[in-house]
Amino acid sequence: MNESMSSSVGAPGRRSSILFVAGLAVIGGLYVLLIIAMVVADAAYTTPAQVLAALRDENIRYAIKLSLLSCSLTALLSLWVGIPLGYLLSRWKFPGKGLVEAVLDIPIVLPPLVLGLSLLILFQTPVGRMIESVVPVTYAVPSVILAQFSVACAFAVQTMRVTFDQIHPRAEQVALTLGCTRAQAFWHVTLPEAWRGVLTAGTLAWARALGEFGPILVFSGATRQKTEVLSTSVFLELSVGNLEAAVAVSLLMIFAAIAALILVRWGGSWAVFQRGLEP
Amino acid sequence: MIQVENLSVQAGTFVLNDVNFEIPSGACAVLMGRTGSGKTTLLEALCGLRPVLRGVIRLGNRDVTNMEPGCRGIGYVPQDRALFQTMTVRENLAFGLVIRGEVPDEIQRRVGELAAMLGLEKLLDRKPQNLSGGEAQRVALGRALAIRPSFLCLDEPLSALDEETREEMYGVLEMVHQMARVTTLHVTHNPSEARRLADLVLRIENGRVSVVSGP
Repeated sequence: MNESMSSSVGAPGRRSSILFVAGLAVIGGLYVLLIIAMVVADAAYTTPAQVLAALRDENIRYAIKLSLLSCSLTALLSLWVGIPLGYLLSRWKFPGKGLVEAVLDIPIVLPPLVLGLSLLILFQTPVGRMIESVVPVTYAVPSVILAQFSVACAFAVQTMRVTFDQIHPRAEQVALTLGCTRAQAFWHVTLPEAWRGVLTAGTLAWARALGEFGPILVFSGATRQKTEVLSTSVFLELSVGNLEAAVAVSLLMIFAAIAALILVRWGGSWAVFQRGLEP
Repeated sequence: MIQVENLSVQAGTFVLNDVNFEIPSGACAVLMGRTGSGKTTLLEALCGLRPVLRGVIRLGNRDVTNMEPGCRGIGYVPQDRALFQTMTVRENLAFGLVIRGEVPDEIQRRVGELAAMLGLEKLLDRKPQNLSGGEAQRVALGRALAIRPSFLCLDEPLSALDEETREEMYGVLEMVHQMARVTTLHVTHNPSEARRLADLVLRIENGRVSVVSGP
């Protein structure tokens, strides 16, 4: 009696579970398919010969070099700021901490064009003009790095904060009792334990910098052989109707992004990476 | 001697008030109390890891109330051991000596001495992730003893161990206490640990510490 009751109650429950999970899989699967379809469409649209031709183009070679240089510098600068700031936010409570956290979310949620415009206006202020008189920034290479940095660094800070949150401060406390100063405990104990997070934050900042376009367009312009990075190349090639070259450059960026993801999966902390993406 | 006078410590909304006790030199005091009674808070205050609201902490004849943790001469073994995960057992044992600028020969000699005393010779090149609970506990104890502390603070050092390993660790703790003669404050909520190890039993309840049995 009991068995028949449980099976008659259990059967619709199982069916409903299967339907529910299938519904989730269909909805999620559609999005995954969309991503794969976009990449496959790009790859199918172009040929290896067109990619090689794009690679031979002098302008695109300059864009690749500038992209590699600016993204790497941005990643380093983002870590240079992200590590101490992430550590500070993770370990200490201070007045105005909530405000600082809200400010750090601004670059993540702000429309990219608005960010570029804000940078442009900042360098029209007296302080900005003073900096410009020493180092030309606007419409020059430093503006590319600054535009990338202003967005990528926010992601690095979030990632490092999550990383330090996951490292219990107890080991640091033991180090203090053994004779370390706070700085020594950080350098010798906490930072080595955070290496996966550092790798993740650096890679995330690098990948974000590579994909940055809006702020660069407004703040740096799109001048060939001067402030052209790969995202600008796609825009410039599209604007003159050279769709093949635009797609070839896009494929290069897709490969670079996939390489960054593999690096994070292989060496970095995937959980930290995902949580670092959250605003 | 560890002497605490009218000590008040805050941890969030929890406050320990007017704590007074004294542990004679070379004695092993066991501090007992329920979970959340403030045992760890008190231990952290002794180690200099938590600011003190009022009162005085004396270690030996020194007032260490506002002294940096590293200057107090306390070896600290936390409940979760907190071994340095990126270092080998050897590096964990040597850490305090390296930070204090000991010469390499002395560091090597001291690490060898501790490894022999705690049975860690074969584990010296292992990382903490590859140690059992009892092994990790012995490394944490060795790391604390390396700097030759005058005082030892152990926070529930045997709580996460199985019965057999716990029995083995009783022996290790008794041997360490006998050899190093450090004044020890051992936190636990296990009465059999207190019976086995204590010269003096303290109980912490409702934010106050009382002496249950004297030396």
